[in-house]
Order: sequence, then C-alpha cells, then structure tokens
Amino acid sequence: MTISPPLDDAPTPQGHDVAYANHSLTGFIIFLCSESVIFLAFFSGYALLKLSALQWLPPGVEGLEWRSPLLYTVVLVSSSGTVALAERCLSRGQLWGFRSFWLLSMAMGAVFLYGQASEWRSLAFGITSGSFGSCFYLLTGFHGLHVLSGILLMALMLQRSFRPANYAAGEQGVIATSLFWHFVDVIWVMLFLLLYAWS
Amino acid sequence: MTSTAGVDSRILRAPHPVPGAPDNWKRFFSFNTDAKVIGIQYIATALFFLLVGGLLAMIMRGELITPEADLVDRTVYNGLYTMHGTIMLFLFIFPVLNGLNNLLIPCMIGAPDMAFPKLNAAAFWMVPVFGVILMASFLVPGGPASSGWWSYPPVSLQNPLGHLINGEALWILAVALSGISSIMGAVNVVTTILRLRAPGMSLGRMPIFCWTALSAQTIQLIGLPALTGGAVMLLFDLVVGTSFYRPEGGGDPVLYQHFFWFYSHPAVYVIILPVFGVFSELFPVYARKPLFGYPFVAGASLVIVGLSLIVWVHHMFPSGVPQWMRDVFMVTTMLIAVPTGIKVFAWLATLWGGKLRLNTAMLFALGGLFNFVFAGVTGIMLATVPVDIHVNNTYFVVGHFHYVIYGAATMGVYAAIYHWFPKFTGHMYYEGLGKLHFLLTFIGTNLNFFPMHPLGLMGMPRRVSSYDPEFAFWNVIASLGAFLLGVSIIPFLLNLVSSWVRGPKSPANPWTAIGLEWLLPSPPPAENFEEHVPTVISGPYGYGTGRPLVEHQAEIERSLLQA
Repeated sequence: MTISPPLDDAPTPQGHDVAYANHSLTGFIIFLCSESVIFLAFFSGYALLKLSALQWLPPGVEGLEWRSPLLYTVVLVSSSGTVALAERCLSRGQLWGFRSFWLLSMAMGAVFLYGQASEWRSLAFGITSGSFGSCFYLLTGFHGLHVLSGILLMALMLQRSFRPANYAAGEQGVIATSLFWHFVDVIWVMLFLLLYAWS
Repeated sequence: MTSTAGVDSRILRAPHPVPGAPDNWKRFFSFNTDAKVIGIQYIATALFFLLVGGLLAMIMRGELITPEADLVDRTVYNGLYTMHGTIMLFLFIFPVLNGLNNLLIPCMIGAPDMAFPKLNAAAFWMVPVFGVILMASFLVPGGPASSGWWSYPPVSLQNPLGHLINGEALWILAVALSGISSIMGAVNVVTTILRLRAPGMSLGRMPIFCWTALSAQTIQLIGLPALTGGAVMLLFDLVVGTSFYRPEGGGDPVLYQHFFWFYSHPAVYVIILPVFGVFSELFPVYARKPLFGYPFVAGASLVIVGLSLIVWVHHMFPSGVPQWMRDVFMVTTMLIAVPTGIKVFAWLATLWGGKLRLNTAMLFALGGLFNFVFAGVTGIMLATVPVDIHVNNTYFVVGHFHYVIYGAATMGVYAAIYHWFPKFTGHMYYEGLGKLHFLLTFIGTNLNFFPMHPLGLMGMPRRVSSYDPEFAFWNVIASLGAFLLGVSIIPFLLNLVSSWVRGPKSPANPWTAIGLEWLLPSPPPAENFEEHVPTVISGPYGYGTGRPLVEHQAEIERSLLQA
C-alpha cells in the first residue's frame, strides 16, 4: 500500500513518532495473526466433533439451506473489493471517492449481518441443540461480532476523514481497518465451506 | 547522532513524569502509561498474589503434615489446590514476568516506552480486575472452583447448586480475561522489540533477555487464543447449556484437554524462557566473561518456540489418545531437551574459569539453574510414555513442575529483581538480608519439592487431603520445607521495602554491567533516552574485551559518574 503525501496542511510528527511511524500497523497485524488462532481453534474443534459424532445434525434437521447464505457470502466477499477501491481513492487524495466506497462497504457488511439475522430466525434448531447447534451458533455468532466490529471501525475511520489534516501522518487506521475487513472475509469463506459445503 | 556534549546534557536530565501523571508514590495507583511504573505495578501486584497463593499452600501443607484430613475437609481442600494453582500461574508468575518485560525491554533496546503505552496500562489494570473476580469466588454459594487449575469437564461442568454465578463460572471468566490481557501484553512486547530498537541494534546485537521475551510472547500469541476460545466454550457449556464438551449432547470432554494443553504446556516455556534470559544476562556480569555461544543461545529460544507448540499431548497420554500420537509427542517432547541443553552448556561455559561474584542476584541465578537442571531430568522421565502412565497424577508430577516454576522460574525472578533493583529504584538492596532470603529459599525449595518425587514413585496421588500412613515421612519433610519457604518471604519483603525507603543510593552501574539500561541514570528518566538514543556499535556481552557498546560510551559514563 502506498501512502500519499499529506492531504492537508498538518503539523509534522515530532520525536519518536517519526522513527516509529508505522509500528501501530505492525502491532495490528500481529494481533490479527493471534486472532486467527481463535478461529483455527474453533474450526479444528468443529471438525473434531463432526468427525467423531454418532449423530451430528439435531433430530428433524436435514441440513442447512445454502442458497441465500451463498448470496450473502458474495455480498460480503465483494465488499473486500470496494474496500480496496476506497483505499486506492485515499492514496490518490480523492477523499470523496474514499468516503463513497467506504460507505458502500459498510452497507454491504450490514446487508450480510441482516442476512445472518434472518437465517438465525428461520432455523429449526437452537444453540443448545447438541454439539452441531452449539458449533453453528458459536462460529457464525463470533464471526458476526467481527463483522459488526469491522463496521464500527469503518464508521470511526469515516468520521475521522472529516477531521482536517487527519491523514497527514499516513492512513494507518484505514489500512488496519481494511486488513481487518479482508481477514473477516477470508474467515467467512472458510466458515462457509465448513458449515454449508461440508454438510 | 548528537554531539558528545549533547549526549551529556540530555541523558542526565532530571527524571520527568509522563504528562498528567502524578510524580510521587500515587503514580503506582494511577492509570500511568510509563512502562517503568507499569512494570513496578505488575511486580507489586504479583507479589501480593504470591502471598495469597502461598497462604493457600501453607494451609494445604498444614493439612498434609498428618495422614488424616483433620485441618480442612475434602471439599475445602479441592478449592484450595484449584485456587493455589490458578493464582500462582495467572496472578503471580505471568504478571511478575510482564513486570520484568515492562521494566527491562524498553531500557535494553533504547526505546522511549513500550510501543502502545495506553494498551500496556489497560493490560495491567485487567490483572487486579480478574484477581478480584477470582477471589470473589470464595464468597459465592458453593465456594471457589474446585476441579483443579485445568478445570477439566465434565467435573468442571457440575453446578449442583444451580446458581448462574458460581465458583467455576468466575474461574473461567477470570482466565479468559487473563488471556485477553496477556495477548494485549504480547502484541506490545513483540511490536516493541521488532520496531523500536535503537540505531545499530540489529537482532544479532540484542540482549538475550529480549530474545527470550520475544520467543515467550510469540508463544502467548499463538497459544493463548486457543485456551481463551476453549474457555469461552466451557463457559457456554456451563452457563448457556451448549454441548461442546458434554457427552450427552454429542460433545467431547477430551477436546477441552487439547485446547487447554495446546496453550498450557507452552505456557511453561512462556514462564521459563524469560528466566533463561535472566540467567544469560546475569552470568556474564558476575563471571566477567562474554556469554558463550550467543547465536546458539538466541537461536535455541526460537527452536523452543517451534517445538513447544507440538508437545501438548504428553499431558494426555492416559486420556485414550491413539498409540501413534503418544509416540510422536514423546519424541517431540524429548527433543526440547536439545535446545535447552545448548543453553545450559552455554551458561556453564560462560561460568567456567570466570571470576564469580557471589552476591544475592548471582546466588539466586545459580540456585535457579541447579533446580532447573533437576527439573529437566525429571521432565525427560515424564516425557517417556511408560513412566508417565505410571506416575501421572501422582506427586512426582507435582514435584517436577514445582521445581520448574518455583525452583527455577521464581528463583530466576528473584535474581532479576535483586539485579535490577538498584537501576529502577535508585537504591542498593541489603546483601545480608538478600543472602538470608536465598538460603531459606534454596533449602526450603528442595526440602519442599524433592520429597514429592519419592512420594510419587511410591504411588501417592495428588489432590488428596488424606493419605496412607506409609507416605507420612516424606510429607512431614515436604511440609517443613513449605513452612521454611513461607518464612523466606519475610526477609525478601523487608529488604525490598527498607532498601527502597532508606537504602544507600545506587550509582548508574553498580555491577559494571554492559547493556543500554546501565547507561541510564538510576532510576531512569520517564522516557529513557528520549530522542537522544546512543548508536549501538557492538554486542551486549563484551566483558573483558574492552569493546564499547555504543558510540561516545566513555563520555556518557564519565558524565554519569560526575552526576
């Protein structure tokens, strides 16, 4: 990711802020790597329980309906593209382009969450319906929390874009949020394969 | 690089507080973002919980001094060992090591502070919060968690009183919070070491303590999320009624063991690696010799990180795992002896022919090394499947890990506290009291934990409050050792408090040690070197070579002497 020259007249960062300009991003990437282990733990737990289960799906449940989740998956994965477009606008100094694509990505994330909420309402089993029900709600719920956090982070960055001279020292917050969003998308693709494709 | 004059005048400026923070004792009770204040906050909190955990151990050893359960009943005893283990690990040893990280890493690498000071303070303040949550479990109906410090289901899922807030739920909540706090700390340490090193300080010139901290915190970043995830699932099973681990709903209790040990075995290296770092820092100083085999000592830490993540099943040999898995994990566990052995031989080679200064810090380091070697030998025994199956859940295991965690790690922590005490308080400690502390600790440790090995081989199970009279002899000795260990804390605390309040003033470098932290005044100013960080020109262990560590070193030292 290239970082554009300051967008506005901004005070130059002083002291060790210059020397350690992008350590925040390093910290965030390290955090994301660590975060991915929680998902890996949940995924491996899911696989282990499924492989050793005598009866996996709750009684009366044939399988999961996958068509509308697939549609919402397409929406969520596409939002990674709009986030990348937003970043490109920002690196070219096109603030309004950035805001538009950013807002579009937030909306797509919200649509995904809406889709997940409607799916939850329509399901015939609950979180206490055996280990499948427990895993399903834990995995989708934990991921949904991440999508919600991503949307909130994006809202924060959007609000910051209206602050004068905010992006003078580089757009680390935007880069970090965008990385988080891509991460959430990749996790969802793996989740979709585990929960819906492997059923 | 600034001029020599610039170095002189700025490096010795009076310590100034972080903006907005109080500059007296009250700063230790505030949300202060200075890593040195946070370091002392961590260590003080950890020592408080050492007393609490130690008190529980005293009650247990009091109970075990006779074969009958006559001091506390069995239910109370279950709560005692569960809380003792949890407190000692999550509220004493991890926080005290976090404290050392905060004190030492920024000063050692020439950083003004940790990479994320506010996150750092937030991570610390979570410790007292989860401490309170854990201690509150003594007050809820049914008492504290009592299924052992690992809380295996299905035992931990029993909630006979049916209360939503029960000892087990509070235990899980506290452990999950501890995990989040430690992940925050680990992100901070790794980022600080990777991004905030002084000019010229390549990874190959970094002090070994920083290498071991980097390695240990990498384990935290990989292992802790698994435990935290597993703990959340346990909490859901307990409170919501899910079936991750409940066999009646299709769950698998052994899955929890995988999550738990995937972190909790490597946690041993999270504890011992920084102590290896302390040994590697202290032996060259007090033997006046360069550290033998620096690249191997540093590299061995990384090898330990890799191996530590593929050994966890050795805790589950009797759990019904397939034989091939036992074989694989027996071999990987034994392999850890190789990098560890490299370190031990490097320390011995460092000490060999050196002019040893046997002050308190060095005595603790040597005592810790002795205990560690003993623990390593019994560790190899436990890695062997047939031996493990024979002595699993006996006192042999208890003896082994107490040698690691108290005998080696805690003694290493004591060594570190004595060694760097003058640097961070500006006062010298009293050697007499320190040596008394060492003597009581060393004798107490061996009296307390050695008898557990014959007891285990004889077949005495752990977690029992009454036992067959044939085990009485060794239990009496172990209890006497434990009481001696309890007494050993008195000269330690007395020394810390009286030295800090009225101990003689410390010069900047009382041990004539090499390292960036010793180029700072004692105590160091709030942002260490601030922007005038010296340029590092050589490795940190040039004892006896006369090689300067940084540019303008002679001028910096002269100005410190004049001050």
